Amino acid sequence: MTRIQKEASKESLLINMGPSHPAMHGTIRIMLELEGEVVRNSEVEVGYLHRGFEKTCEHKTYFNLLPYTDRLNYVSPLINNLGYVMTMEKMLEMEAPERAQYIRVIMSEFSRVSDHLTALAAMTMECGAFTVFLYYIQAREEIWNFIEQTTGARMTTSYIRIGGVRADLHPDFKGLMDKAMKVTRRVLKDVKGLLDKNKIWMDRTRDVAVVNPEMAVNYGFTGPCLRASGVSYDVRKAHPYLVYDQLEFEVPLGDKGDNFDRYMVRMKEMEQSLRIIEQAVEKMPESSSRAGLMAKGIEPDEAIKASRSKKAEERVKLSPNLQGSEKDVRPDILVKGKKYTVPPKEDTYTNIEGLINHFNFFMSGHGIRPPKGDVYFSVEGGNGELGFYIVSDGTDHPYRLHLRAPCLHIVSALEEMIKGHYIADIIPTFGSTNMIGGELDR
Amino acid sequence: MIETLIVLVKIVCALVWFLLITLYLTWAERKESALMQDRIGANRANFFGIRIIGLFQPFADAIKMAFKEDFTPSFSRKFLHDLAPFLSFFFTGVTIATIPFGDILKIGGKEIKLQVLDINVGLLFVLAMLSFTIYGVLLSGWASNNRWTLIGGLRGAAQLISYEVALGLSLIGLVMVFPSLDFSAIVDFQGELLFGWLPKWGIFLQPLGFLIFLFATMAESERVPFDLPEGESEIVGFFTEYGGMKWGMYMFTDFMKVLIISCLLTTLFFGGYQVPWLYADGFRFPWGGEWLLPHGIVVLFQVLMFNIKVFFFCWLQILLRWTYPRFRYDQLMDFGWKLLIPLSLINIVATAIIMSIL
Repeated sequence: MTRIQKEASKESLLINMGPSHPAMHGTIRIMLELEGEVVRNSEVEVGYLHRGFEKTCEHKTYFNLLPYTDRLNYVSPLINNLGYVMTMEKMLEMEAPERAQYIRVIMSEFSRVSDHLTALAAMTMECGAFTVFLYYIQAREEIWNFIEQTTGARMTTSYIRIGGVRADLHPDFKGLMDKAMKVTRRVLKDVKGLLDKNKIWMDRTRDVAVVNPEMAVNYGFTGPCLRASGVSYDVRKAHPYLVYDQLEFEVPLGDKGDNFDRYMVRMKEMEQSLRIIEQAVEKMPESSSRAGLMAKGIEPDEAIKASRSKKAEERVKLSPNLQGSEKDVRPDILVKGKKYTVPPKEDTYTNIEGLINHFNFFMSGHGIRPPKGDVYFSVEGGNGELGFYIVSDGTDHPYRLHLRAPCLHIVSALEEMIKGHYIADIIPTFGSTNMIGGELDR
Repeated sequence: MIETLIVLVKIVCALVWFLLITLYLTWAERKESALMQDRIGANRANFFGIRIIGLFQPFADAIKMAFKEDFTPSFSRKFLHDLAPFLSFFFTGVTIATIPFGDILKIGGKEIKLQVLDINVGLLFVLAMLSFTIYGVLLSGWASNNRWTLIGGLRGAAQLISYEVALGLSLIGLVMVFPSLDFSAIVDFQGELLFGWLPKWGIFLQPLGFLIFLFATMAESERVPFDLPEGESEIVGFFTEYGGMKWGMYMFTDFMKVLIISCLLTTLFFGGYQVPWLYADGFRFPWGGEWLLPHGIVVLFQVLMFNIKVFFFCWLQILLRWTYPRFRYDQLMDFGWKLLIPLSLINIVATAIIMSIL
């Protein structure tokens, strides 16, 4: 017998919403006590997507656990990468090169936009506005095209690495990036026209699930949901990381903390993110080896053949991005030092020092071994403060890793938020919290 | 004998027209929504490799649904569960009988009225039949024996009953202006001219009544923004436990309602088959000038005009459906009881005052 079954009065209707319910993502279950259509009481059950992320990480080396972070918030994986990597960099006391920092800012802002787009798309669709949903997804598609061009993957990026990023931007990145910005701006304008003054939309979202500032702080809200309640806290402003202190942007606030404010704050934040991206592209230092990006030199198998008899001197021709002849671009995007980064592939395959470095990096018991101690670092994720707490015992894998997932705190307030509202209000409220199963259940 | 044959032919024609247009409304809805959402829409169904922008899609859908397993959940009340979709389907389907498609057609000395059933209470008949569709919704929600469908069924019943009131009241003003409940008489009245040039259509005489009727009928059709009984993202809908053709019948009923609403709007407020300034012998324009036409062409013009008007309203309803978010239950009730019903009462009083002055 669950709590709600014990507490329910005899006249009310008990009903199960989820985990197999179209709005519950298959990962959450809400047990409802209904009186007519009004929710009298509810019990939220999470954990349907629990896969032991934190425990798994204890058995992986610091380098190898990076791909697991992609699967946390799967609509903005780059910010998850960033959160983990920045924590590691704090632990190792190092800083990525400036160009890499700007690339990180660009990628994480694009991820934030895609996160907000997805959240609002789900929220609007659940209110019945299917056209708006597809408009949002169209913009997200263009953003993901750009992310794919840069990182080689659309969702599971593993792009931001300890000490920098995996690859430099594509030589023609501006084409797809401008397109993504243009489409996003157009979509934001269209959606504003469709919803902002729409009577039905206002009635559906205004004064529904009001979270006042005290309640938001008590529950540990962060991110757009906290700012919708009128509390100005943004990790990018409060504890600036990367180059955020050199960029101009505003932190939009709501006044009531209802569903409409959460929608509005996200809409405004997307505009600010696009503004940040524009500034970052302008301020980003040029790559010192633009020419190096263009593949020149001899074919890879010829280089390997030549290296068997004598030390290879000629450069290897590889595609300029991701699998590229990385050696030239690396100083701009990765820290120097053999200890923390994978040696360039052309060295690994063509000279003995490179090969030894490679093995030294990947052999168990070797690789990245931070000093003993513990460290916490947080970045501003799509949903709020995304923090990693890592305890190191001096070996090459973490002794303990804890994730502060922003949406856990928000979902914990869901019961209080939907109390006394209609069934139909549960769905947009749930959508406005932007619950992401991967991050919530870990 | 020949009379019976004529009636039979009329029934077959009306039914084929009704079902075929409904079938293609599904296609139109897919294509129009695709156009609005920057998609392509259904275009894969083909007939020996011929696609023609997906025009075979409705048939492919129908065949698919007809050959699916006829499934009834073990926990449902079987008889009622099977009966419910047929009730919705039947009561929506019969309403087409009273809609006049055109004026009198003369062939070989016979005068044929282009209307299946010319009864003097046509308006009441349609409203009554549309009310009966509640049973389909309510029974499916109840008989499925599922709490979500029960909520859906209750929502549907509450919604249909509430808007039935506004629907009836909005038409009283119209009945006062055109003193008849007979569709063909109402359409005949609308053939006259106002101030010597403006067609005497319902919308010019009853603009407020038209708006109330439009919203009330849209609520009757249970589509976004009034699709609460379905509410796919919140309660999944009253027909959750249906599959195959029985689900298809609910789907089909939805589109049939769209079409019948368009027919009603056309007939009551947009002059039905009337073409402005077209009389039995041809056009006579208010600025002088004539264009005399043979009888056959005039009837053809009328039927064509009727179709064009109906398609316009179908298009309008699809457009609205894909633009707006959904109401909430209490807001829906507020909209019906606190806005539409007082407005329609005001409309009745205003109509009465104006008519007594004139």
